[in-house]
Amino acid sequence: MVISEPIRSEIDAEIAKFPKPRGALLRAMHLVQAEHGHVSTDCARELAEIFEMRPIEVMEVVSFYNMFFDKPQAKHHVYVCTNLPCSLRGARVLLAQLESHLGVQAPGDTADGRIHLGHEECLGACAYAPMMRIDDQYFEDLDVEKAKSILDSLGE
Amino acid sequence: MLQSPYVTSYLTEHFGNDEFTTLDGYERLGGYQAARKALTEMSPDDLIELVKASGLQGRGGAGFSMGMKWSFMPKEDDRPKYLVCNADESEPGSFKDRIMLERGAHQMLEGILIAAWATGAAATFIYIRGEYSFPADCVERAVAEAYEKGYFGANAMGTGFSHDVRVTRGAGAYICGEETGLLESLEGKKGQPRKKPPFPAQYGAFGMPTTVNNVETYSHVPHIINKGIDWFRAFGTDKSPGTTIFGVSGHVARPGLYELPLGTPLSEIVFEHAGGVPGGRKVKGVIPGGMSMPILPAGLLDVPMANEFLREQKTMLGTGGIMVMDETTCMVRVASIISYFFRDESCGQCTQCREGTGWMNKIVERIERGAGEQSDIDVLLDVAGKMEASTICAFADAAAWPIQGLLRHFSEDFIAHIGGRKCPFPESFEL
Ligand SMILES: Cc1cc2nc3c(=O)[nH]c(=O)nc-3n(C[C@H](O)[C@H](O)[C@H](O)COP(=O)(O)O)c2cc1C
Ligand code: SF4
Ligand code: FES
Repeated sequence: MVISEPIRSEIDAEIAKFPKPRGALLRAMHLVQAEHGHVSTDCARELAEIFEMRPIEVMEVVSFYNMFFDKPQAKHHVYVCTNLPCSLRGARVLLAQLESHLGVQAPGDTADGRIHLGHEECLGACAYAPMMRIDDQYFEDLDVEKAKSILDSLGE
Repeated sequence: MLQSPYVTSYLTEHFGNDEFTTLDGYERLGGYQAARKALTEMSPDDLIELVKASGLQGRGGAGFSMGMKWSFMPKEDDRPKYLVCNADESEPGSFKDRIMLERGAHQMLEGILIAAWATGAAATFIYIRGEYSFPADCVERAVAEAYEKGYFGANAMGTGFSHDVRVTRGAGAYICGEETGLLESLEGKKGQPRKKPPFPAQYGAFGMPTTVNNVETYSHVPHIINKGIDWFRAFGTDKSPGTTIFGVSGHVARPGLYELPLGTPLSEIVFEHAGGVPGGRKVKGVIPGGMSMPILPAGLLDVPMANEFLREQKTMLGTGGIMVMDETTCMVRVASIISYFFRDESCGQCTQCREGTGWMNKIVERIERGAGEQSDIDVLLDVAGKMEASTICAFADAAAWPIQGLLRHFSEDFIAHIGGRKCPFPESFEL
């Protein structure tokens, strides 16, 4: 088993909350990804068993959603929102500066695998632009210096 | 955590007060009285009639009557019925639902409980976009508190009525905001919209009769029960009653949230409340209701922000997300960002949408680079026209409208790029 016992029981608890088990699938994927960093083929196979689906169906769901990954990921995910309201307030300039600060071209990972830098569509923070999402946290009202120091303080 | 709105009314009055986010505090401030009254003193039919007569329209984008939607739920039907609270908020320019979740979760839950009683629903699924991690935590905490107090579950408020609330989190896909895409996602599938009919009231979540409403729409309901229809109708216009929370972004001095009556002139919101464009520059155009809604040029900003007036200007209220662009802005770049978004987010089921969004984006980017042809404008209009009203869901219309709007009001920007073979706006925001 690659999915741990505690996660497995959380998944079971979620399943009990829905009229059909599969209603808990996205929840289960979030849980698995929090534990493993991505939804691996092995995890997908176990999820398929739990939800009585074919593994390929599980992978189809994984690939449909931007927030699920089927491959190992960098330690931290940094996304600068580049949709219109953010771009009007300098988001693309910020993204370019962060690209050169980290020495990566978005979307891409730093050589040490510490940071994935990418852009994202509107995150519901338009008035507080430019902004970025790092893992599951928002950082708003940024300028270049503030954003760089936030990136520098991210752990290994 | 989001800043409280700059202008508040009944929905957001207490958003600056931390007490309001706890169940005890919410009750001290008058919360859950409306639900108690509804569940103990009012029949479902009375409630449906009341909400119909209030004129409350959906705040998720389409503006359909909430009471009408409730009345579509089958009454003589033994199957369990469900409600969905649409908290997928992904329409670019929109961030009002986020604050309703972070600061007003109990207000929303009270609206849900009332709606559940009115429609006889067995459970509500609150679908929150995956990126809204903190807002979803706030809602889950509020749901747990409400269960603990006995407001949900087998014997809601001691009335014998049973109602469960489940929170689900999306995983990053704009199309899951469309109500049938949402239903698919809720069932653990790819969020690809369903063909209609059957409509959700017949065949919705897990195949059961379902009503989908937006976070904000639910949040108005307790106030209508507490204070009555006349009070509610005193806000807004005859056809569009109540307030809404406008989100103002882009080139303004005070971007942020403003709760104002529907029908407030767009110019008042932009220039008075949000402080106008900084640096003495002029406004060039304003998108009035989230990215799907066609832009208005500076000369048309006196329009009252209600659908009956906005429609005359070939646009709509949408989500009330107002994006302001100053005179330096290149409207072809705006078109480029918009068309990229829709190309990226199309779910790919319909040929017109999948191919149309790709074409539009390719042509717009070509024009922006200075490599466009005069005939490109006609092709854009032709493609956009063919995408309207011909697909499984309204996404394709939402992709076509803003491009049509930009060409309607700012065709000179496109022509200048094509004629000059480069972007003529050196000071525009960067692409
Ligand atoms: C492409 C697309 C995206 C949508 N996204 C949302 C959304 O994020 N939130 C929302 O409440 N409604 C969204 N809607 C509208 C819903 O389909 C539905 O009309 C709404 O949730 C109904 O609630 P209401 O009547 O209270 O507005 C979207 C519609 C379309 C076509
Ligand atoms: S219109 Fe576009 S988004 Fe909607 S179902 Fe068709 S392809 Fe998918
Ligand atoms: S455009 Fe960036 S958060 Fe909305």
